[in-house]
Amino acid sequence: MDNLVMKSGGWMLVVLLAIAGFALSHDPGFSVHMVIVGLAAMIALWAGLKRADYAALAGGILPKPADEGVYDDDPIRWGVIATVFWGLAGFLAGLYIALQLAFPALNLGIEYTSFGRLRPLHTSAVIFAFGGNALIATSFYVVQRTCRARLAFPTMARFVFWGYQLFIVLAATGYVMGVTEAKEYAEPEWYVDLWLTLVWVCYLLVFGGTLLRRREPHIYVANWFYLSFIITIAMLHIVNNLAIPVSIVGSKSYSAFAGVQDALTQWWYGHNAVGFFLTAGFLAMMYYFVPKQAERPVYSYRLSIIHFWSLIFLYIWAGPHHLHYTALPDWAQTLGMVFSIMLWMPSWGGMINGLMTLNGAWDKIRTDPIIRMMVMALAFYGMSTFEGPLMSIKAVNSLSHYTDWTIGHVHSGALGWNGMITFAALYYLAPRLWGRSRLYSLRMVNWHFWLATVGIVLYAASMWVAGIMQGLMWREYGADGYLVYAFSEVVSAMFPMYVIRAAGGLLYLAGALVMAFNIWMTIAGRQRAEKPMRDATYDPAKDRPLPAPAAVPAE
Amino acid sequence: MAEKRIDEATGTQTMGHEWDGIEELDTPMPRWWLWTFYASIVFAVGYTVAYPAWPLIDRATGGTLGWSSRGDFEKEMAAEAKTRAPIMLALAATPIDRLPDNPELMHAAVEGGRAAFKVHCVQCHGSGAAGSKGYPNLNDDDWLWGGDIKSLQYTIEHGIRNPDHDQTRMSLMPAFGRDGILKPAQVDDLAAHVRVISGQEKPGAAARRGAALFAENCAVCHGADGKGLREFGAPNLTDPIWLYGGSREDIAATITTARYGVMPRWGEKLGPVTVKMLAAYVHSLGGGEALPALGALPVSDAPATPVADAAKPPLADAAKSDAQR
Repeated sequence: MDNLVMKSGGWMLVVLLAIAGFALSHDPGFSVHMVIVGLAAMIALWAGLKRADYAALAGGILPKPADEGVYDDDPIRWGVIATVFWGLAGFLAGLYIALQLAFPALNLGIEYTSFGRLRPLHTSAVIFAFGGNALIATSFYVVQRTCRARLAFPTMARFVFWGYQLFIVLAATGYVMGVTEAKEYAEPEWYVDLWLTLVWVCYLLVFGGTLLRRREPHIYVANWFYLSFIITIAMLHIVNNLAIPVSIVGSKSYSAFAGVQDALTQWWYGHNAVGFFLTAGFLAMMYYFVPKQAERPVYSYRLSIIHFWSLIFLYIWAGPHHLHYTALPDWAQTLGMVFSIMLWMPSWGGMINGLMTLNGAWDKIRTDPIIRMMVMALAFYGMSTFEGPLMSIKAVNSLSHYTDWTIGHVHSGALGWNGMITFAALYYLAPRLWGRSRLYSLRMVNWHFWLATVGIVLYAASMWVAGIMQGLMWREYGADGYLVYAFSEVVSAMFPMYVIRAAGGLLYLAGALVMAFNIWMTIAGRQRAEKPMRDATYDPAKDRPLPAPAAVPAE
Repeated sequence: MAEKRIDEATGTQTMGHEWDGIEELDTPMPRWWLWTFYASIVFAVGYTVAYPAWPLIDRATGGTLGWSSRGDFEKEMAAEAKTRAPIMLALAATPIDRLPDNPELMHAAVEGGRAAFKVHCVQCHGSGAAGSKGYPNLNDDDWLWGGDIKSLQYTIEHGIRNPDHDQTRMSLMPAFGRDGILKPAQVDDLAAHVRVISGQEKPGAAARRGAALFAENCAVCHGADGKGLREFGAPNLTDPIWLYGGSREDIAATITTARYGVMPRWGEKLGPVTVKMLAAYVHSLGGGEALPALGALPVSDAPATPVADAAKPPLADAAKSDAQR
């Protein structure tokens, strides 16, 4: 009873604070956000009161303990649905802004739909909403399975899920209204940052608490990667977003850093968002789902140790390569470059360990569409982690910087690696989480694979051509020593490449729609009549936590 | 926890750990991987010795090669400047009206102007110099302030309607409608007349009333025949070239509120040689005119601005804010 009163009182307090914030607000963006926060708190209050077991409370009966014999999978099921939903939203936004670049009229002449506001909407939707939900859901799934223990702090785990969704909604609505810190991948304003910090600390507590409750003697490699991702993202997020709000009831804030220090902090953050969010976190997914789907042991334990520690040690120093040939001092540029070059092999360690796990099961690339997806993900991972160090070399960077080559590089990693490994994990999870014997259709996984692969090829190839063409045109000097092209001539030369890129994006989105349908039908319990394909076996009886250890008898 | 065993498919021993059915093999790290990793570390260390790298207390190590990005930039710029020096000196020493006599120098000036145009001028005049509404087309032979190379140089150097610069090209058409000099019906009549002299409409009653108004209000700058006067940058109204549109509505709008086209003065920013090159380039686009015969009135003298002089004091602020808009 006390618990219910405390919780409800807490949510009431949030509602009151939101009303006060709304009443005193300095700008419309903050007002809208206070309305969203107030509504979210009211929904939380209502849900808490509705689900409370009043009969038990009245009778003074202790709440029934959760079933320790099964894993706590509710937040993971929500996470799977959220990942699919935000993925579609993010891909659609990406396609739209790709078309805006080819056909500027699609900006529609209003600020809310201008490229400048929709672009962070796209990047945040795919990285933080799609990728973030995938990471949270799979980390909760993997940590329970590999520790053979239920989630620590189940209420907090639910708060992490819903709190994260609120963060996404606040961030996205803020971008459209022009509420932004103008830091790439860290656009949300100060109060949204504070909220994410709270959610993230809870995430660390749930994940770390579950690790501490583990029934296995050792911590599995996937969990090292998840833990490094959670801790490092917390550090990066807090430092890069240090800012002073103009008013505590207004949306605007100013960064604690200025000038080149601000730029370096931003790219220390930005590069490690790639390193720890999109690399370490997704390598964690790879380390669980690839051996499970292939039903093979991980290739090399030694390699996983060395590449884990070298990766996380080296990645954190590589950020300055985003600021080559800028006001950043030469020495910092040099260090950014050499740390990026040393990062090549540690990154490839993950690819080798993933691909070579198929040793003894290579035939599954032909027979198992989910394995095929994972192999393509690892191939793109290897490609973009080679391309990254290459582009960090100053001589290469002087051509590639500020061009679409960078966009192509990011998308070969994001669409190829992050997207494909996430799709594979979702296909693995859906039947198991909803207790179905198989996916609605494995053949449709294959369709998704081909749509996505062709889409990525169109995307990456067109951006490589566009980027190198841009770089060469910008630096083209005539015989008299003068620039040959005006900037606008370079822009108009990009048009066909931009159209091809949008076509690639359309195919990728189409593949994701096929997946959404497939997962929807799987959840609905339907199975498509089709010729069977190979899939990993699943024994629900074994998919349980181990009982809490009794007093261990002396050996 | 599983026991250590030999994996059948690979013949490798497992580590003896197991998590949710996942085991790990005790495969050694691939040698090529390890050696490439070592090689990248050796390269990194060597690179940091050769180039500026390690931060010390008050500075960073400079590197044994003595390289710096600023030094590199200055070296390239110096080499470039050395290559161009003869041309630049010759351009600086040659008065603009003598430039066409030296085809080689003229060619160098046009090429330099083409590059400078791409950086500084395309934003308004377009990358093909074809202009757009409000921004003159520089390819045709219709010039507001004169199309000979000397006039072009003057216009580029001093700009158009820079209120903070005495030598700028300056003129100010009154806002006949907005300031109540003419009634709306009179503005329409005047527009009809302009449409007639530009050959777009047949004469009618409105145009006839407009003709009288034109003689009273407009002829002083645009000339009695409407062919314009370059001294005031007053456009020729009888040709089919329109800077702000030649439709009835556009002409009426121009008469009502007047236009105040501004071009920055580039002399201080780009320096005399680049201005010369830009003038040569614009002159070469197709509409360049020959210099007036010696002894004729030079256009580049301080421009007479009767309308502007009269209107300047009260309107100076409005003009300034217009220019900044």
